[in-house]
Amino acid sequence: MTGTGGTGPGAPTDLGMPGFPPFPAAAREAVRDDTLRANLRRATHTIRDKRARAVAELADWEQLRAAGKAVKDHTLRHLDRYLIQLEAAVTAAGGTVHWAVDAAEANRIVTDLVLATGEREVVKVKSMATQETGLNEALEAAGIAAYETDLAELIVQLGHDRPSHILVPAIHRNRGEIRDVFAAEMGRWGRPAPGGLGDDPRELAEAARLHLREKFLRAKVAVSGANFMVAETGTMVVFESEGNGRMCLTLPETLISVVGIEKVVPTFRDLEVFLQTLPRSSTAERMNPYTTMWTGLGPSQGAESDGPTAFHLVLLDNGRTDTLADEVGRQALRCIRCSACLNVCPVYERAGGHAYGSVYPGPIGAILSPQLRGTASEIDASLPYASTLCGACYEVCPVAIDIPEVLVHLRERVAQGGPVTREGIRVRIRPARGHTAERAAMRAARLLLDHPGALRAGERLLARARRLRPRRLPGPGRAWTDSRELPPVPAEPFRDWWARERGGRA
Amino acid sequence: MSGREQILGRIRRALADAGPAPEIPRDYLRTHGDRTPDATADLLAAHLTEYRATVHRAAGDAVAPLLARLLAERGARSVLVPAGLPPHWLAAADQVRIDDRSDSTPYELDAVDSVVTGCALAIAETGTIVLDGGPGQGRRRISLVPDHHICVVRVPDQVVDSVPQAVALLDPTRPLTWISGPSATSDIELDRVEGVHGPRTLEVVLLTAQ
Repeated sequence: MTGTGGTGPGAPTDLGMPGFPPFPAAAREAVRDDTLRANLRRATHTIRDKRARAVAELADWEQLRAAGKAVKDHTLRHLDRYLIQLEAAVTAAGGTVHWAVDAAEANRIVTDLVLATGEREVVKVKSMATQETGLNEALEAAGIAAYETDLAELIVQLGHDRPSHILVPAIHRNRGEIRDVFAAEMGRWGRPAPGGLGDDPRELAEAARLHLREKFLRAKVAVSGANFMVAETGTMVVFESEGNGRMCLTLPETLISVVGIEKVVPTFRDLEVFLQTLPRSSTAERMNPYTTMWTGLGPSQGAESDGPTAFHLVLLDNGRTDTLADEVGRQALRCIRCSACLNVCPVYERAGGHAYGSVYPGPIGAILSPQLRGTASEIDASLPYASTLCGACYEVCPVAIDIPEVLVHLRERVAQGGPVTREGIRVRIRPARGHTAERAAMRAARLLLDHPGALRAGERLLARARRLRPRRLPGPGRAWTDSRELPPVPAEPFRDWWARERGGRA
Repeated sequence: MSGREQILGRIRRALADAGPAPEIPRDYLRTHGDRTPDATADLLAAHLTEYRATVHRAAGDAVAPLLARLLAERGARSVLVPAGLPPHWLAAADQVRIDDRSDSTPYELDAVDSVVTGCALAIAETGTIVLDGGPGQGRRRISLVPDHHICVVRVPDQVVDSVPQAVALLDPTRPLTWISGPSATSDIELDRVEGVHGPRTLEVVLLTAQ
């Protein structure tokens, strides 16, 4: 039912976006959409200005950033140990831990757990991990309806659309479009939108409240993600604003949380860093309205019971251990999904999130998606190029991921091939198709630069033939000139000019 | 091979080349600024207000008439009462009392007008109240489903300056709910709208001993 694409059980993962065009083609479409560009521009600028003010309130921001980076790097270095510790703590607190190597296995585990409850519908709170695995489609194939409950996710789901931003998934939609989606689609899923619905955000939020409340109150099974998992205590943490998270995490009888293995931190104390950096980096607030922390089934049962009576944690790999195997690229696993890098990126601002062809858009998506899924597809091979390398993303990252460094590293891999780990196995990949011309050009350049005589002769020949300069390059060079003017050829090679004008001087 | 063994094996192979784990620097601040207890309470009030919670102050026994007035102004006919709430807080209120029970259904909670709770602590720098299910706080859902939540914070002993101070005091094995202003969304053109699924009205009473 959702438009988030995705896979059925057994299909290879595609991070929720099958068969998408490579970034340049998708971006070309997006930049022609004036409404989309205006929505994006306004949203990203508003939130980035607010964020800068929220960050400036903390005199120790750089120390917090260094601590967050170190906590994550430390955890990744001992990821096996901390996951085993987490498993023991969750189990001791009455939860059940499952391990899923890939998307298909995660979907199978969750589907079986839901079927075992006898229920045929679940409420969901924002979980990018389950979008990554295409869980909603897998559940639908098993006859289970999955309802997204975050307002933006609801807009996306009702609109048969795809999320385009990590924090504000419906950032590409304006209020008029949202009104139309609600009026047309709510009735097909449950309580219809009130008659004569207007486009005031207050009115739209109220319609969503009524529509979803019906589902929250009757739901017996919920599926969630988590922002953090604490190894020493088994505590799960969800940051949110609307209360849909609290509804999902506390009202149903069964709670199933699907979480990437990189979300673990060693100690409860480590949360003091991220409780300060995540809200300010993402929603630009001192603190998000609601944070829920729970540990298994809680300290006691019976009369004291608080929350679900069954808790399942599904630990998801799905390309994360392959990413961990890359010395340069593994830093992407530090990401706490704040989305600050999206809001400062000049490329994201113009292209929009859909162009990245993944649930992870923007600069972080450009380094995360090609690592989680490999660079075999055209879209993944194009993502490391979806950047100007301006470095703004690195500057704002609260865990100091050097995104430009990883982009350059991945470009090299795409263009030249080399050793990578796929599904736990060390392999050597060939250069991606479409990059052979680039490599040929680099080889030719090396030849010319190593042979100054040949370079000089070539330059002179080019200068004489300059009137014959084509507007567009033939063959593989055409893609480059599709979006650029070919620069004019000077009447005289620079080196000849230098020799004539300055050559006689010391 | 189980998924567990596969994942752990892959992690170990992936880290074969990795150097030692970095030390975690903890040189960030424990608090931002040096404040008197009164200034801390004022900062809490200011930040709560900024996030559209309504702040009231009361001293000693004045809490009872204040709570009675707030419930009456709201037009509440029923009020949820968690176990361990100091009885004198609601001594002047005449609403129907509903006890927080493990077997009450979400529909029953939805029919209640207001809820009054205490808290575990409150954080001034972020305008946050934290509930941990202790006496006077009840289950997580009671501060969620009713549309009107009144939270009483004892000042100064339940107020801390900062997030690190709060984390050091809390017990992670208890169910924790951090609340900063009422439920809100900015999902439609980034316009902030209060009250989506949680209580649309949050009132905080800062209660001093005398």
